[in-house]
Amino acid sequence: MSETIVIAEIVKGAVHSTTAELITAAQALGSQPVVIVPCTDAGTADGASEMSGASRIIAAKSDVFANYDAAGWAAAIDAVAPSGVIVASASPQSKDLAARIAARRGISVVQDVVKIDGHNLTSPIYSGKAMQTVALSGDAVLTVRPNVFDAAPSGGSTEISVVDTTGDMATAVQEFMARASSRLDVAEANIIISGGRGMGSPDNFVHLESIADTLGAAVGASRAAVDTWESIPHSMQVGQTGKTVNPNLYIAVGISGAIQHLAGMRSSKYIVAINKDADAPIFQHADYGIVATWEEALPVLQSTLSSMMA
Amino acid sequence: MSNIIVLVKQVPDTNARIVLSGDRVDLSAVKKVMSPYDEFAVETALQHREANGGEVTAITVGDAGADKVLKDAKAIGVDHIVRIDSSESLDSNALQTVLASVVKSMNANVVYCGKSAADTGAGSTGPGLAERLGWASVSNSISVSFGEQLSVITPSAGGNARYNVPLPAVVSCDKGDMKVRKPNVKGIMQAKRAKVDVQTVDAPASTVSVVSHSMPPAKPAGKSYEGGAAAAEVAQLLRDEANVI
Ligand SMILES: Cc1cc2nc3c(=O)[nH]c(=O)nc-3n(C[C@H](O)[C@H](O)[C@H](O)COP(=O)(O)OP(=O)(O)OC[C@H]3O[C@@H](n4cnc5c(N)ncnc54)[C@H](O)[C@@H]3O)c2cc1C
Ligand SMILES: Nc1ncnc2c1ncn2[C@@H]1O[C@H](COP(=O)(O)O)[C@@H](O)[C@H]1O
Repeated sequence: MSETIVIAEIVKGAVHSTTAELITAAQALGSQPVVIVPCTDAGTADGASEMSGASRIIAAKSDVFANYDAAGWAAAIDAVAPSGVIVASASPQSKDLAARIAARRGISVVQDVVKIDGHNLTSPIYSGKAMQTVALSGDAVLTVRPNVFDAAPSGGSTEISVVDTTGDMATAVQEFMARASSRLDVAEANIIISGGRGMGSPDNFVHLESIADTLGAAVGASRAAVDTWESIPHSMQVGQTGKTVNPNLYIAVGISGAIQHLAGMRSSKYIVAINKDADAPIFQHADYGIVATWEEALPVLQSTLSSMMA
Repeated sequence: MSNIIVLVKQVPDTNARIVLSGDRVDLSAVKKVMSPYDEFAVETALQHREANGGEVTAITVGDAGADKVLKDAKAIGVDHIVRIDSSESLDSNALQTVLASVVKSMNANVVYCGKSAADTGAGSTGPGLAERLGWASVSNSISVSFGEQLSVITPSAGGNARYNVPLPAVVSCDKGDMKVRKPNVKGIMQAKRAKVDVQTVDAPASTVSVVSHSMPPAKPAGKSYEGGAAAAEVAQLLRDEANVI
Protein backbone atom coordinates (compact mmCIF):
# COMPACT_ATOMS: atom_id res chain seq x y z
CA MET A 1 0.00 0.00 0.00
CA SER A 2 1.37 3.38 -0.85
CA GLU A 3 1.80 5.89 1.91
CA THR A 4 0.81 9.49 2.38
CA ILE A 5 3.70 11.85 2.91
CA VAL A 6 3.81 15.28 4.51
CA ILE A 7 6.70 17.63 3.87
CA ALA A 8 7.03 19.70 7.03
CA GLU A 9 6.88 23.44 6.44
CA ILE A 10 10.21 24.94 7.46
CA VAL A 11 10.37 28.65 8.27
CA LYS A 12 13.67 30.13 9.42
CA GLY A 13 15.08 26.71 10.21
CA ALA A 14 12.17 25.53 12.40
CA VAL A 15 9.12 23.36 11.84
CA HIS A 16 6.22 25.77 11.32
CA SER A 17 2.88 25.23 13.03
CA THR A 18 1.04 24.84 9.68
CA THR A 19 2.68 21.42 9.49
CA ALA A 20 -0.03 20.21 11.90
CA GLU A 21 -2.64 21.32 9.34
CA LEU A 22 -0.82 19.34 6.65
CA ILE A 23 -1.10 16.22 8.81
CA THR A 24 -4.89 16.69 9.00
CA ALA A 25 -5.09 17.20 5.24
CA ALA A 26 -3.01 14.08 4.62
CA GLN A 27 -5.26 12.05 6.93
CA ALA A 28 -8.23 13.13 4.85
CA LEU A 29 -6.61 11.23 1.99
CA GLY A 30 -6.89 8.06 3.98
CA SER A 31 -3.90 7.28 6.12
CA GLN A 32 -1.60 8.49 8.85
CA PRO A 33 1.18 10.27 7.01
CA VAL A 34 4.93 9.98 7.13
CA VAL A 35 6.25 13.43 7.98
CA ILE A 36 9.53 14.42 6.34
CA VAL A 37 11.42 17.22 8.03
CA PRO A 38 14.10 18.75 5.77
CA CYS A 39 16.85 19.89 8.13
CA THR A 40 20.55 20.49 8.62
CA ASP A 41 20.33 19.35 12.23
CA ALA A 42 18.09 16.43 13.19
CA GLY A 43 17.01 18.30 16.33
CA THR A 44 14.78 20.40 14.09
CA ALA A 45 12.45 17.40 13.72
CA ASP A 46 11.61 17.52 17.45
CA GLY A 47 9.29 20.37 16.49
CA ALA A 48 7.10 17.89 14.61
CA SER A 49 7.08 15.01 17.08
CA GLU A 50 4.44 16.47 19.38
CA MET A 51 2.00 16.86 16.50
CA SER A 52 -0.25 13.82 16.74
CA GLY A 53 -1.51 11.80 13.80
CA ALA A 54 1.71 11.00 11.96
CA SER A 55 2.79 7.37 11.54
CA ARG A 56 6.46 8.25 11.66
CA ILE A 57 8.82 11.17 11.20
CA ILE A 58 11.87 11.18 8.99
CA ALA A 59 14.44 13.85 9.78
CA ALA A 60 15.95 14.27 6.32
CA LYS A 61 19.35 15.66 7.17
CA SER A 62 21.50 17.46 4.63
CA ASP A 63 23.61 20.57 4.20
CA VAL A 64 21.47 21.24 1.13
CA PHE A 65 18.74 22.47 3.45
CA ALA A 66 20.81 25.39 4.75
CA ASN A 67 19.53 27.63 1.95
CA TYR A 68 16.63 27.12 -0.39
CA ASP A 69 17.40 25.75 -3.82
CA ALA A 70 14.54 24.08 -5.64
CA ALA A 71 16.64 21.49 -7.46
CA GLY A 72 18.73 20.48 -4.45
CA TRP A 73 15.79 20.30 -2.08
CA ALA A 74 13.64 18.32 -4.50
CA ALA A 75 16.39 15.76 -5.08
CA ALA A 76 17.19 15.39 -1.39
CA ILE A 77 13.53 14.98 -0.38
CA ASP A 78 12.70 12.69 -3.29
CA ALA A 79 15.51 10.39 -2.20
CA VAL A 80 14.00 9.77 1.24
CA ALA A 81 10.26 10.00 0.56
CA PRO A 82 8.38 6.77 -0.10
CA SER A 83 6.04 6.69 -3.07
CA GLY A 84 2.51 7.94 -2.54
CA VAL A 85 0.61 11.18 -2.40
CA ILE A 86 2.74 14.01 -1.02
CA VAL A 87 1.25 16.96 0.87
CA ALA A 88 3.05 20.28 1.39
CA SER A 89 2.06 23.80 2.35
CA ALA A 90 0.86 26.28 -0.29
CA SER A 91 3.53 28.80 0.70
CA PRO A 92 5.50 30.31 -2.21
CA GLN A 93 8.58 28.22 -1.44
CA SER A 94 6.73 24.96 -0.89
CA LYS A 95 4.61 25.40 -4.01
CA ASP A 96 7.86 25.74 -5.97
CA LEU A 97 9.31 22.66 -4.25
CA ALA A 98 6.10 20.66 -4.76
CA ALA A 99 6.15 21.35 -8.49
CA ARG A 100 9.76 20.21 -8.70
CA ILE A 101 9.23 17.02 -6.74
CA ALA A 102 6.18 16.14 -8.83
CA ALA A 103 8.11 16.70 -12.06
CA ARG A 104 10.99 14.63 -10.71
CA ARG A 105 8.61 11.74 -10.13
CA GLY A 106 6.75 12.28 -13.39
CA ILE A 107 3.49 12.90 -11.56
CA SER A 108 1.16 15.89 -11.36
CA VAL A 109 0.93 18.65 -8.83
CA VAL A 110 -2.28 20.22 -7.55
CA GLN A 111 -1.71 23.56 -5.83
CA ASP A 112 -3.69 25.51 -3.24
CA VAL A 113 -6.07 22.76 -2.17
CA VAL A 114 -8.78 23.98 0.21
CA LYS A 115 -10.96 20.85 0.40
CA ILE A 116 -10.27 17.14 0.27
CA ASP A 117 -13.09 14.67 -0.21
CA GLY A 118 -11.76 11.18 -0.85
CA HIS A 119 -9.70 11.59 -4.01
CA ASN A 120 -11.48 14.77 -5.03
CA LEU A 121 -9.55 17.96 -4.40
CA THR A 122 -10.90 21.49 -4.61
CA SER A 123 -8.81 24.61 -5.28
CA PRO A 124 -9.64 28.19 -6.22
CA ILE A 125 -9.22 29.15 -9.89
CA TYR A 126 -9.45 32.52 -11.64
CA SER A 127 -8.04 34.16 -8.51
CA GLY A 128 -10.81 32.76 -6.35
CA LYS A 129 -13.66 33.78 -8.63
CA ALA A 130 -14.51 30.08 -9.05
CA MET A 131 -13.55 26.75 -7.53
CA GLN A 132 -12.32 23.67 -9.36
CA THR A 133 -12.69 20.11 -8.15
CA VAL A 134 -10.37 17.53 -9.66
CA ALA A 135 -10.12 13.78 -9.21
CA LEU A 136 -6.78 12.07 -8.70
CA SER A 137 -6.16 8.76 -10.40
CA GLY A 138 -2.60 8.21 -9.33
CA ASP A 139 0.06 9.63 -7.08
CA ALA A 140 0.40 13.40 -7.02
CA VAL A 141 1.92 16.20 -4.99
CA LEU A 142 -0.57 18.56 -3.35
CA THR A 143 -0.12 21.85 -1.61
CA VAL A 144 -2.78 22.96 0.85
CA ARG A 145 -3.65 26.51 1.81
CA PRO A 146 -2.80 27.55 5.35
CA ASN A 147 -5.62 28.30 7.82
CA VAL A 148 -8.06 25.97 6.06
CA PHE A 149 -7.58 22.56 7.68
CA ASP A 150 -7.71 22.17 11.44
CA ALA A 151 -4.35 21.58 13.05
CA ALA A 152 -3.71 18.02 14.24
CA PRO A 153 -3.79 18.16 18.03
CA SER A 154 -0.56 18.34 19.97
CA GLY A 155 0.38 15.79 22.60
CA GLY A 156 1.83 13.21 20.24
CA SER A 157 5.30 11.74 20.59
CA THR A 158 5.96 10.25 17.20
CA GLU A 159 9.27 8.50 16.79
CA ILE A 160 11.89 10.20 14.65
CA SER A 161 14.32 8.39 12.39
CA VAL A 162 17.24 10.35 11.02
CA VAL A 163 18.21 9.75 7.40
CA ASP A 164 21.13 11.46 5.68
CA THR A 165 20.36 12.67 2.21
CA THR A 166 21.80 14.93 -0.42
CA GLY A 167 21.08 16.60 -3.73
CA ASP A 168 22.95 18.75 -6.21
CA MET A 169 22.36 22.44 -5.66
CA ALA A 170 21.71 24.29 -8.90
CA THR A 171 21.70 27.86 -7.60
CA ALA A 172 23.67 29.62 -4.90
CA VAL A 173 22.57 32.41 -2.60
CA GLN A 174 24.89 35.39 -2.98
CA GLU A 175 23.39 37.62 -0.35
CA PHE A 176 20.39 38.17 1.84
CA MET A 177 18.97 41.65 1.89
CA ALA A 178 17.09 41.89 5.17
CA ARG A 179 14.10 44.13 5.24
CA ALA A 180 14.79 47.46 6.85
CA SER A 181 11.92 47.05 9.28
CA SER A 182 11.52 44.05 11.52
CA ARG A 183 7.85 43.95 10.63
CA LEU A 184 6.57 40.81 8.94
CA ASP A 185 6.04 40.51 5.22
CA VAL A 186 2.41 40.09 4.14
CA ALA A 187 3.25 36.64 2.77
CA GLU A 188 4.36 35.50 6.22
CA ALA A 189 1.80 37.11 8.48
CA ASN A 190 -1.28 35.72 10.15
CA ILE A 191 -2.77 39.18 10.54
CA ILE A 192 -2.52 41.87 7.87
CA ILE A 193 -3.66 45.47 7.93
CA SER A 194 -3.66 47.06 4.50
CA GLY A 195 -4.11 50.61 3.33
CA GLY A 196 -5.43 51.90 0.03
CA ARG A 197 -5.67 55.18 -1.77
CA GLY A 198 -8.19 56.25 0.85
CA MET A 199 -5.28 56.69 3.29
CA GLY A 200 -4.69 59.98 1.49
CA SER A 201 -0.92 60.04 1.86
CA PRO A 202 1.85 57.51 2.50
CA ASP A 203 2.63 59.35 5.75
CA ASN A 204 -0.70 58.15 7.11
CA PHE A 205 0.49 54.55 6.91
CA VAL A 206 2.12 55.13 10.33
CA HIS A 207 -1.35 54.63 11.80
CA LEU A 208 -1.52 51.20 10.15
CA GLU A 209 2.02 50.42 11.27
CA SER A 210 1.31 51.15 14.89
CA ILE A 211 -1.74 48.87 14.86
CA ALA A 212 0.38 46.25 13.09
CA ASP A 213 2.95 46.51 15.87
CA THR A 214 0.26 46.04 18.50
CA LEU A 215 -1.05 42.91 16.77
CA GLY A 216 2.22 41.49 15.43
CA ALA A 217 0.74 42.03 11.98
CA ALA A 218 2.11 42.88 8.56
CA VAL A 219 1.20 46.04 6.67
CA GLY A 220 -0.09 45.60 3.12
CA ALA A 221 -1.34 47.95 0.44
CA SER A 222 -3.57 48.13 -2.60
CA ARG A 223 -2.08 48.64 -6.02
CA ALA A 224 -3.43 52.18 -6.14
CA ALA A 225 -1.38 52.94 -3.02
CA VAL A 226 1.74 51.26 -4.41
CA ASP A 227 1.42 52.97 -7.79
CA THR A 228 0.62 56.40 -6.38
CA TRP A 229 3.21 56.62 -3.62
CA GLU A 230 6.84 55.80 -4.19
CA SER A 231 7.50 55.04 -0.52
CA ILE A 232 4.98 52.16 -0.56
CA PRO A 233 6.94 49.29 -2.19
CA HIS A 234 5.45 46.67 -4.48
CA SER A 235 6.43 44.02 -1.93
CA MET A 236 3.50 45.29 0.16
CA GLN A 237 0.96 44.90 -2.64
CA VAL A 238 -1.85 42.42 -2.13
CA GLY A 239 -3.83 41.21 -5.12
CA GLN A 240 -3.75 39.88 -8.63
CA THR A 241 -0.36 41.37 -9.45
CA GLY A 242 0.80 41.47 -5.86
CA LYS A 243 0.77 38.77 -3.22
CA THR A 244 -1.95 36.24 -2.52
CA VAL A 245 -2.45 36.04 1.20
CA ASN A 246 -4.43 33.75 3.52
CA PRO A 247 -4.24 35.29 6.94
CA ASN A 248 -6.60 34.65 9.83
CA LEU A 249 -7.45 38.34 9.84
CA TYR A 250 -7.28 40.93 7.06
CA ILE A 251 -8.10 44.55 7.85
CA ALA A 252 -8.68 46.69 4.73
CA VAL A 253 -8.55 50.43 5.33
CA GLY A 254 -9.47 52.93 2.62
CA ILE A 255 -9.56 50.14 0.03
CA SER A 256 -12.51 49.96 -2.34
CA GLY A 257 -12.35 46.19 -2.92
CA ALA A 258 -11.66 45.99 -6.66
CA ILE A 259 -11.80 42.49 -8.09
CA GLN A 260 -8.01 42.40 -8.47
CA HIS A 261 -7.52 43.30 -4.82
CA LEU A 262 -10.05 40.70 -3.73
CA ALA A 263 -8.14 38.15 -5.80
CA GLY A 264 -5.28 38.39 -3.33
CA MET A 265 -7.14 38.36 -0.05
CA ARG A 266 -10.68 37.05 -0.36
CA SER A 267 -9.83 33.71 1.20
CA SER A 268 -8.70 35.37 4.44
CA LYS A 269 -10.51 33.77 7.36
CA TYR A 270 -11.88 37.06 8.72
CA ILE A 271 -12.07 40.36 6.89
CA VAL A 272 -12.59 43.76 8.48
CA ALA A 273 -13.25 46.74 6.21
CA ILE A 274 -13.02 50.39 7.15
CA ASN A 275 -14.25 52.68 4.38
CA LYS A 276 -16.17 55.94 4.32
CA ASP A 277 -18.29 54.80 1.38
CA ALA A 278 -21.07 52.44 2.47
CA ASP A 279 -21.33 51.18 -1.12
CA ALA A 280 -17.67 50.17 -1.45
CA PRO A 281 -17.55 46.58 -2.80
CA ILE A 282 -15.18 45.53 -0.03
CA PHE A 283 -18.12 45.54 2.38
CA GLN A 284 -19.71 42.62 0.53
CA HIS A 285 -16.76 40.51 1.60
CA ALA A 286 -16.29 41.84 5.11
CA ASP A 287 -17.20 39.92 8.23
CA TYR A 288 -17.09 43.22 10.07
CA GLY A 289 -17.65 46.39 8.09
CA ILE A 290 -17.22 49.85 9.56
CA VAL A 291 -18.56 52.73 7.51
CA ALA A 292 -16.34 55.55 8.70
CA THR A 293 -13.26 57.47 7.72
CA TRP A 294 -10.00 55.97 8.90
CA GLU A 295 -9.34 59.24 10.71
CA GLU A 296 -12.31 58.40 12.92
CA ALA A 297 -11.95 54.63 13.19
CA LEU A 298 -8.23 53.93 13.50
CA PRO A 299 -7.60 55.81 16.76
CA VAL A 300 -10.46 53.92 18.39
CA LEU A 301 -9.22 50.62 16.99
CA GLN A 302 -5.68 51.38 18.16
CA SER A 303 -6.63 52.28 21.69
CA THR A 304 -9.01 49.33 22.10
CA LEU A 305 -6.44 46.88 20.76
CA SER A 306 -3.67 48.37 22.90
CA SER A 307 -5.66 47.85 26.06
CA MET A 308 -6.78 44.38 24.98
CA MET A 309 -3.26 43.24 24.15
CA ALA A 310 -1.69 44.84 27.23
CA MET B 1 24.25 34.82 -28.31
CA SER B 2 21.39 33.49 -26.35
CA ASN B 3 18.48 31.36 -27.37
CA ILE B 4 15.76 32.73 -25.13
CA ILE B 5 12.31 31.23 -24.64
CA VAL B 6 9.33 32.89 -23.01
CA LEU B 7 6.13 31.05 -22.12
CA VAL B 8 2.90 32.95 -22.57
CA LYS B 9 -0.61 31.81 -21.74
CA GLN B 10 -3.96 33.18 -22.76
CA VAL B 11 -6.35 33.65 -19.86
CA PRO B 12 -9.66 35.45 -19.20
CA ASP B 13 -9.25 39.18 -18.61
CA THR B 14 -8.83 39.60 -14.87
CA ASN B 15 -11.71 42.08 -14.86
CA ALA B 16 -14.05 39.51 -16.38
CA ARG B 17 -16.90 38.02 -14.46
CA ILE B 18 -16.65 34.24 -14.36
CA VAL B 19 -19.96 32.44 -14.86
CA LEU B 20 -20.98 28.80 -14.77
CA SER B 21 -22.98 26.84 -17.25
CA GLY B 22 -24.02 23.67 -15.48
CA ASP B 23 -21.02 22.53 -13.50
CA ARG B 24 -18.38 24.06 -15.79
CA VAL B 25 -17.16 27.61 -16.15
CA ASP B 26 -18.40 29.20 -19.35
CA LEU B 27 -15.75 31.40 -20.89
CA SER B 28 -17.46 31.89 -24.24
CA ALA B 29 -18.31 35.53 -23.59
CA VAL B 30 -15.08 36.42 -21.86
CA LYS B 31 -12.30 38.55 -23.34
CA LYS B 32 -8.94 36.75 -23.36
CA VAL B 33 -5.61 38.40 -22.62
CA MET B 34 -2.01 37.49 -21.93
CA SER B 35 -1.72 36.31 -18.32
CA PRO B 36 -0.50 39.40 -16.41
CA TYR B 37 2.75 37.91 -15.07
CA ASP B 38 3.66 36.69 -18.53
CA GLU B 39 4.00 40.34 -19.53
CA PHE B 40 6.88 40.56 -17.04
CA ALA B 41 8.35 37.35 -18.45
CA VAL B 42 8.25 38.81 -21.98
CA GLU B 43 9.86 42.04 -20.76
CA THR B 44 12.60 40.10 -18.96
CA ALA B 45 13.24 37.98 -22.06
CA LEU B 46 13.58 41.11 -24.21
CA GLN B 47 15.96 42.68 -21.69
CA HIS B 48 18.00 39.48 -21.74
CA ARG B 49 18.24 39.73 -25.55
CA GLU B 50 19.31 43.37 -25.30
CA ALA B 51 22.00 42.54 -22.74
CA ASN B 52 23.44 39.37 -24.28
CA GLY B 53 22.25 39.28 -27.89
CA GLY B 54 20.27 36.39 -29.32
CA GLU B 55 16.70 35.67 -30.20
CA VAL B 56 13.49 35.34 -28.24
CA THR B 57 10.88 32.68 -29.00
CA ALA B 58 7.46 32.86 -27.38
CA ILE B 59 5.69 29.54 -26.86
CA THR B 60 2.13 28.84 -25.90
CA VAL B 61 0.26 25.57 -25.47
CA GLY B 62 -3.32 25.85 -26.66
CA ASP B 63 -5.74 25.75 -29.55
CA ALA B 64 -5.84 28.11 -32.54
CA GLY B 65 -7.64 30.73 -30.46
CA ALA B 66 -4.42 31.11 -28.47
CA ASP B 67 -2.55 32.47 -31.51
CA LYS B 68 -3.63 35.93 -30.39
CA VAL B 69 -1.44 35.82 -27.29
CA LEU B 70 1.52 34.96 -29.53
CA LYS B 71 0.74 37.87 -31.83
CA ASP B 72 0.62 40.11 -28.77
CA ALA B 73 4.07 38.88 -27.76
CA LYS B 74 5.30 39.42 -31.31
CA ALA B 75 3.97 42.98 -31.31
CA ILE B 76 5.95 43.69 -28.14
CA GLY B 77 9.13 42.43 -29.78
CA VAL B 78 9.76 38.67 -29.65
CA ASP B 79 11.40 37.16 -32.74
CA HIS B 80 9.58 33.86 -33.17
CA ILE B 81 6.20 32.50 -32.11
CA VAL B 82 5.38 28.83 -31.55
CA ARG B 83 2.10 27.21 -30.59
CA ILE B 84 2.04 23.66 -29.32
CA ASP B 85 -1.35 22.54 -30.51
CA SER B 86 -3.65 21.23 -27.81
CA SER B 87 -7.34 21.55 -27.25
CA GLU B 88 -7.58 19.39 -24.17
CA SER B 89 -7.08 20.44 -20.60
CA LEU B 90 -3.68 19.08 -19.66
CA ASP B 91 -2.65 18.34 -16.10
CA SER B 92 0.71 19.69 -14.94
CA ASN B 93 2.51 16.49 -15.87
CA ALA B 94 1.16 16.50 -19.42
CA LEU B 95 1.70 20.24 -19.95
CA GLN B 96 5.28 20.17 -18.69
CA THR B 97 6.09 17.05 -20.68
CA VAL B 98 5.11 18.67 -23.98
CA LEU B 99 6.86 21.92 -23.08
CA ALA B 100 10.02 20.05 -22.09
CA SER B 101 10.11 18.17 -25.37
CA VAL B 102 9.81 21.35 -27.45
CA VAL B 103 12.28 23.34 -25.33
CA LYS B 104 14.78 20.49 -25.62
CA SER B 105 14.45 20.47 -29.40
CA MET B 106 15.24 24.19 -29.51
CA ASN B 107 18.62 24.18 -27.82
CA ALA B 108 17.63 27.01 -25.53
CA ASN B 109 19.73 28.66 -22.81
CA VAL B 110 16.96 30.09 -20.73
CA VAL B 111 13.19 30.00 -20.28
CA TYR B 112 11.19 32.81 -18.71
CA CYS B 113 7.58 32.34 -17.60
CA GLY B 114 5.04 33.98 -15.33
CA LYS B 115 5.18 33.26 -11.60
CA SER B 116 1.64 31.91 -11.89
CA ALA B 117 -1.05 31.91 -14.54
CA ALA B 118 -4.10 34.03 -13.78
CA ASP B 119 -6.46 31.10 -14.35
CA THR B 120 -4.72 28.31 -12.42
CA GLY B 121 -2.84 30.48 -9.94
CA ALA B 122 -0.59 27.45 -9.60
CA GLY B 123 3.02 28.51 -10.19
CA SER B 124 3.88 24.93 -11.14
CA THR B 125 5.05 25.25 -14.72
CA GLY B 126 8.41 27.01 -14.26
CA PRO B 127 9.91 24.78 -11.57
CA GLY B 128 8.32 21.64 -13.04
CA LEU B 129 9.71 22.33 -16.50
CA ALA B 130 13.16 23.03 -15.05
CA GLU B 131 13.18 19.71 -13.21
CA ARG B 132 12.23 17.85 -16.38
CA LEU B 133 15.05 19.56 -18.27
CA GLY B 134 17.53 19.06 -15.43
CA TRP B 135 18.01 22.83 -15.26
CA ALA B 136 18.32 25.32 -12.43
CA SER B 137 15.24 27.34 -11.55
CA VAL B 138 14.24 30.32 -9.51
CA SER B 139 10.63 31.29 -8.92
CA ASN B 140 9.02 34.65 -8.22
CA SER B 141 11.92 36.72 -9.54
CA ILE B 142 11.54 40.44 -8.89
CA SER B 143 14.76 41.43 -10.69
CA VAL B 144 17.16 39.74 -13.10
CA SER B 145 20.63 40.91 -14.18
CA PHE B 146 22.28 39.22 -17.11
CA GLY B 147 25.81 37.94 -17.50
CA GLU B 148 27.56 34.58 -17.85
CA GLN B 149 25.14 33.57 -15.14
CA LEU B 150 21.94 35.25 -14.11
CA SER B 151 21.71 37.14 -10.88
CA VAL B 152 18.13 36.92 -9.66
CA ILE B 153 16.44 38.55 -6.68
CA THR B 154 13.47 36.84 -5.06
CA PRO B 155 11.59 37.41 -1.81
CA SER B 156 12.74 35.17 1.03
CA ALA B 157 11.93 34.98 4.73
CA GLY B 158 12.76 38.33 6.30
CA GLY B 159 13.70 40.15 3.10
CA ASN B 160 15.04 39.35 -0.34
CA ALA B 161 17.72 36.94 -1.51
CA ARG B 162 20.01 37.35 -4.50
CA TYR B 163 20.73 34.07 -6.26
CA ASN B 164 23.48 33.19 -8.67
CA VAL B 165 21.76 31.13 -11.33
CA PRO B 166 23.89 29.19 -13.81
CA LEU B 167 22.45 28.73 -17.30
CA PRO B 168 20.51 26.92 -18.60
CA ALA B 169 17.74 27.89 -16.22
CA VAL B 170 14.03 28.58 -15.90
CA VAL B 171 13.04 31.82 -14.18
CA SER B 172 9.44 32.56 -13.22
CA CYS B 173 8.74 36.27 -13.09
CA ASP B 174 6.89 38.46 -10.61
CA LYS B 175 6.36 42.16 -11.18
CA GLY B 176 9.08 43.72 -9.06
CA ASP B 177 9.76 47.29 -10.09
CA MET B 178 9.58 46.43 -13.75
CA LYS B 179 7.92 48.62 -16.33
CA VAL B 180 6.82 46.63 -19.36
CA ARG B 181 7.13 48.05 -22.86
CA LYS B 182 4.01 48.40 -24.96
CA PRO B 183 3.70 47.36 -28.61
CA ASN B 184 4.45 50.11 -31.14
CA VAL B 185 2.86 50.54 -34.56
CA LYS B 186 5.69 48.75 -36.36
CA GLY B 187 5.43 45.84 -33.95
CA ILE B 188 1.70 45.56 -34.44
CA MET B 189 2.12 45.54 -38.23
CA GLN B 190 4.81 42.86 -38.02
CA ALA B 191 2.66 40.79 -35.69
CA LYS B 192 -0.21 40.86 -38.18
CA ARG B 193 1.98 39.31 -40.85
CA ALA B 194 3.85 36.91 -38.55
CA LYS B 195 3.28 33.21 -39.02
CA VAL B 196 2.71 31.01 -36.02
CA ASP B 197 4.88 27.90 -36.05
CA VAL B 198 2.36 25.24 -34.99
CA GLN B 199 3.83 22.05 -33.53
CA THR B 200 2.15 18.87 -32.39
CA VAL B 201 3.54 16.83 -29.54
CA ASP B 202 2.06 13.72 -27.93
CA ALA B 203 0.97 14.38 -24.37
CA PRO B 204 0.82 11.66 -21.73
CA ALA B 205 -2.64 10.93 -20.32
CA SER B 206 -3.65 13.21 -17.46
CA THR B 207 -4.07 11.62 -14.04
CA VAL B 208 -5.73 14.72 -12.65
CA SER B 209 -9.12 15.25 -14.26
CA VAL B 210 -11.59 18.05 -13.73
CA VAL B 211 -14.76 16.85 -12.02
CA SER B 212 -16.63 20.11 -11.70
CA HIS B 213 -16.46 23.85 -11.31
CA SER B 214 -18.46 25.80 -8.79
CA MET B 215 -18.82 29.29 -7.42
CA PRO B 216 -16.91 30.06 -4.22
CA PRO B 217 -19.05 29.36 -1.17
CA ALA B 218 -21.03 32.50 -0.38
CA LYS B 219 -19.86 34.21 2.74
CA PRO B 220 -22.58 34.78 5.30
CA ALA B 221 -23.43 38.46 5.38
CA GLY B 222 -21.12 40.23 7.75
CA LYS B 223 -21.96 42.67 10.50
CA SER B 224 -21.92 46.29 9.58
CA TYR B 225 -21.50 49.40 11.66
CA GLU B 226 -21.70 53.15 11.16
CA GLY B 227 -19.13 55.49 12.64
CA GLY B 228 -15.60 55.09 13.88
CA ALA B 229 -16.61 54.42 17.48
CA ALA B 230 -17.77 50.96 16.37
CA ALA B 231 -14.13 50.01 15.95
CA ALA B 232 -14.06 49.29 19.69
CA GLU B 233 -16.85 46.76 19.41
CA VAL B 234 -15.29 45.18 16.34
CA ALA B 235 -11.96 44.79 18.13
CA GLN B 236 -13.73 43.01 20.97
CA LEU B 237 -15.59 40.71 18.55
CA LEU B 238 -12.33 39.82 16.83
CA ARG B 239 -11.27 38.37 20.14
CA ASP B 240 -14.53 36.97 21.52
CA GLU B 241 -16.37 35.84 18.41
CA ALA B 242 -13.76 35.35 15.68
CA ASN B 243 -10.99 34.30 18.03
CA VAL B 244 -8.28 35.75 15.83
CA ILE B 245 -6.48 38.13 18.17
C1 LIG C 1 -4.30 43.72 -14.52
C2 LIG C 1 -4.61 44.44 -13.24
C3 LIG C 1 -3.99 44.00 -12.08
C4 LIG C 1 -4.28 44.64 -10.86
N1 LIG C 1 -3.68 44.14 -9.73
C5 LIG C 1 -4.00 44.69 -8.54
C6 LIG C 1 -3.44 44.19 -7.32
O1 LIG C 1 -2.62 43.27 -7.32
N2 LIG C 1 -3.82 44.74 -6.16
C7 LIG C 1 -4.71 45.78 -6.09
O2 LIG C 1 -5.01 46.23 -4.97
N3 LIG C 1 -5.22 46.30 -7.21
C8 LIG C 1 -4.88 45.80 -8.44
N4 LIG C 1 -5.39 46.35 -9.56
C9 LIG C 1 -6.07 47.67 -9.45
C10 LIG C 1 -7.50 47.60 -9.00
O3 LIG C 1 -8.33 47.46 -10.14
C11 LIG C 1 -7.90 48.90 -8.25
O4 LIG C 1 -7.63 50.01 -9.08
C12 LIG C 1 -7.17 49.11 -6.93
O5 LIG C 1 -7.25 47.94 -6.13
C13 LIG C 1 -7.79 50.28 -6.19
O6 LIG C 1 -7.08 50.54 -5.02
P1 LIG C 1 -7.77 51.28 -3.79
O7 LIG C 1 -8.94 50.48 -3.34
O8 LIG C 1 -6.72 51.59 -2.80
O9 LIG C 1 -8.20 52.67 -4.44
P2 LIG C 1 -9.61 53.26 -4.81
O10 LIG C 1 -10.36 52.34 -5.69
O11 LIG C 1 -9.36 54.64 -5.24
O12 LIG C 1 -10.42 53.27 -3.43
C14 LIG C 1 -10.12 54.09 -2.35
C15 LIG C 1 -11.18 53.82 -1.30
O13 LIG C 1 -10.87 54.57 -0.14
C16 LIG C 1 -12.08 55.08 0.40
N5 LIG C 1 -11.73 56.27 1.17
C17 LIG C 1 -11.36 57.49 0.72
N6 LIG C 1 -11.04 58.30 1.75
C18 LIG C 1 -11.23 57.58 2.88
C19 LIG C 1 -11.06 57.86 4.26
N7 LIG C 1 -10.64 59.05 4.69
N8 LIG C 1 -11.34 56.88 5.14
C20 LIG C 1 -11.78 55.65 4.73
N9 LIG C 1 -11.96 55.35 3.43
C21 LIG C 1 -11.66 56.29 2.52
C22 LIG C 1 -12.95 55.36 -0.79
O14 LIG C 1 -14.33 55.33 -0.42
C23 LIG C 1 -12.60 54.21 -1.72
O15 LIG C 1 -13.45 53.08 -1.56
C24 LIG C 1 -5.14 45.75 -10.81
C25 LIG C 1 -5.74 46.20 -11.97
C26 LIG C 1 -5.49 45.56 -13.18
C27 LIG C 1 -6.18 46.07 -14.42
N1 LIG D 1 -0.66 26.48 -21.66
C1 LIG D 1 0.43 27.24 -21.46
N2 LIG D 1 1.11 27.75 -22.52
C2 LIG D 1 2.21 28.52 -22.35
N3 LIG D 1 2.70 28.84 -21.15
C3 LIG D 1 2.07 28.38 -20.06
C4 LIG D 1 0.91 27.55 -20.14
N4 LIG D 1 0.52 27.25 -18.89
C5 LIG D 1 1.39 27.88 -18.07
N5 LIG D 1 2.32 28.55 -18.76
C6 LIG D 1 3.43 29.40 -18.25
O1 LIG D 1 3.69 29.03 -16.91
C7 LIG D 1 3.37 30.10 -16.02
C8 LIG D 1 2.81 29.58 -14.74
O2 LIG D 1 1.61 28.85 -14.98
P1 LIG D 1 0.95 27.96 -13.85
O3 LIG D 1 1.95 26.94 -13.47
O4 LIG D 1 -0.29 27.39 -14.47
O5 LIG D 1 0.64 28.90 -12.72
C9 LIG D 1 2.43 30.99 -16.81
O6 LIG D 1 2.47 32.32 -16.33
C10 LIG D 1 3.01 30.86 -18.21
O7 LIG D 1 4.17 31.65 -18.36
